Amino acid sequence: MNIVVCVKYVPDAQADRTFNDSDNTTDRTNVAGLLSELDEYAVEEALKIKEANDGVVTVLTVGPAAAADATKKALQMGADKAVHVQDDAIHGSDAGATSLLLARAIEKLETPPDLILTGMASTDGTMGVVPTMLAERLGLPAVTYASELTVTASSVSVRRDGDIASQTIEASLPALVSVTDQINEPRYPSFKGIMAAKKKPVDTWSLGDLGVDAGEVGLGSSWTTVESFSARPPRQQGTIVADEGDGGKKLAAFLAEHKFV
Amino acid sequence: MAVVLVLADHLDGKVRKTTAELLTIARSIGEPSSVFVGANVSAAADILGKYGSQKIYHCDSAELTDYLVVPQAELLAQLVAETSAVAVLIPSTPEGKEIAARLAVKTGFGLVTDAVDVQSVDGKIVTTQSVFAGSYTVKSTPSKGNAVITVKPNSAPPQQKPAQPELVAVAFTASDLARTAKITASNPKEKSGRPELTEAAIVVSGGRGTGGDFSKVEDFADSLKAAVGASRAAVDAGWYPHTSQVGQTGKQVSPQLYVACGISGAIQHRAGMQTSKTIVAVNKDEEAPIFELVDFGVVGDLFAVLPQATEVVKSSKG
Repeated sequence: MNIVVCVKYVPDAQADRTFNDSDNTTDRTNVAGLLSELDEYAVEEALKIKEANDGVVTVLTVGPAAAADATKKALQMGADKAVHVQDDAIHGSDAGATSLLLARAIEKLETPPDLILTGMASTDGTMGVVPTMLAERLGLPAVTYASELTVTASSVSVRRDGDIASQTIEASLPALVSVTDQINEPRYPSFKGIMAAKKKPVDTWSLGDLGVDAGEVGLGSSWTTVESFSARPPRQQGTIVADEGDGGKKLAAFLAEHKFV
Repeated sequence: MAVVLVLADHLDGKVRKTTAELLTIARSIGEPSSVFVGANVSAAADILGKYGSQKIYHCDSAELTDYLVVPQAELLAQLVAETSAVAVLIPSTPEGKEIAARLAVKTGFGLVTDAVDVQSVDGKIVTTQSVFAGSYTVKSTPSKGNAVITVKPNSAPPQQKPAQPELVAVAFTASDLARTAKITASNPKEKSGRPELTEAAIVVSGGRGTGGDFSKVEDFADSLKAAVGASRAAVDAGWYPHTSQVGQTGKQVSPQLYVACGISGAIQHRAGMQTSKTIVAVNKDEEAPIFELVDFGVVGDLFAVLPQATEVVKSSKG
């Protein structure tokens, strides 16, 4: 079974994330970055399937040079090889362009994947649209928000827990599946895994390698333009009281005062 | 005036509040028409008209509901072409965002998700989003003028503008690709009788401090007619379902009032509720980071504070 896991290198959510004044893009250089937390679940799921089915896991990312850290983590967890799409012209790309680059990279792989796995959304943009856009571009079914995944040689079956119902969705392979953080418990790279990762193949591809024109990606090609960004003023702390047997009454009084009751 | 399509969010014809919000917002950028997928459009027509739909495009083909997302995206693409719509507004649910994603690729329209406001400024559509766990506000415009926008619940108070919509039945056949992800089973969840988490005006959440016993949280929530949320710790411990999880990897809510009970307020959680209008917390630990965000906080045991508060609230309501 040939599996491709798409991952993203994102600014650390615990740090002060911000935008570049020069072009309103996300600052990806002055903030420490890492493999997006939600993508770890996708990597782990790929590894579990590989271990049960005798497969190969390729981790794929589109990002600046530092994004190599994201693929490195996946290789350390156990992925077999990595592909990193990197080109200065990609800077400022939107979800549409990212999905285009991922699609072209997948089409360029020696062996087409049976299964493409992704996290349900990135932890920076949090749009959750790239997996579906990628499936749209590749003409594949997308089964998303999987909390449980069963794979056979020719199909996938997913349980997804929505607000109104818990559904079972089935699709034949090849397919794309995005997973939630409920699906598994990602492993920590072992020492052996960290050492082994150093020898695993990493291909770095530019736009030219993919046959993508610079005009199709980057800030200029984006379907939306960020006109402005502004920091929200930090919340001012209000009143804190200690419960001295009347905490509940004070809470209720606050709510009444603010017309919530 | 420009046509704006609004995908109606409904359950068996019962239209949800988000649709009324979307129609209200749609009117600030054009003339809205609703798109109704599924059975029972007659039950919905009244509300859709009340909030300004000029037309209601409806289709009841089984393909639209048996298969995941793609048929709806194809239907909308067909209607965009037929109506020359300049924008499509869709509720920001996971399914809504996926439909929007495919539709954007099909049409090349600018895609904006989780908008909290949409305006027309100098003839351009301008969307507002709250990003990076609510720490930044961003304004964007579609580069070529046309947009697919998913809108968060509670973004605009619904305002009526009654119209007499024309009902237009739409003929639709799904493509082969559309028929590839099939919904083979659906187990409806037990209704709690409480409001839906992302739409509720008040949310009361429980965390590690509940120790697994959410009864006091639930009683308090019920006294306020609130939705009940849970921190990631509570969900991971199996105390509450994932669909109630508020946080970076769960739902992002922005209610009028958010009450965090026994929740420390780690960044992961804050990312899910930081933009709530009023924030209250009850926690035994006075150092808990959640207290940095609150308009009002009680340092105390939720098992003592919440029941007392619940009683006062209930008796004041008579």
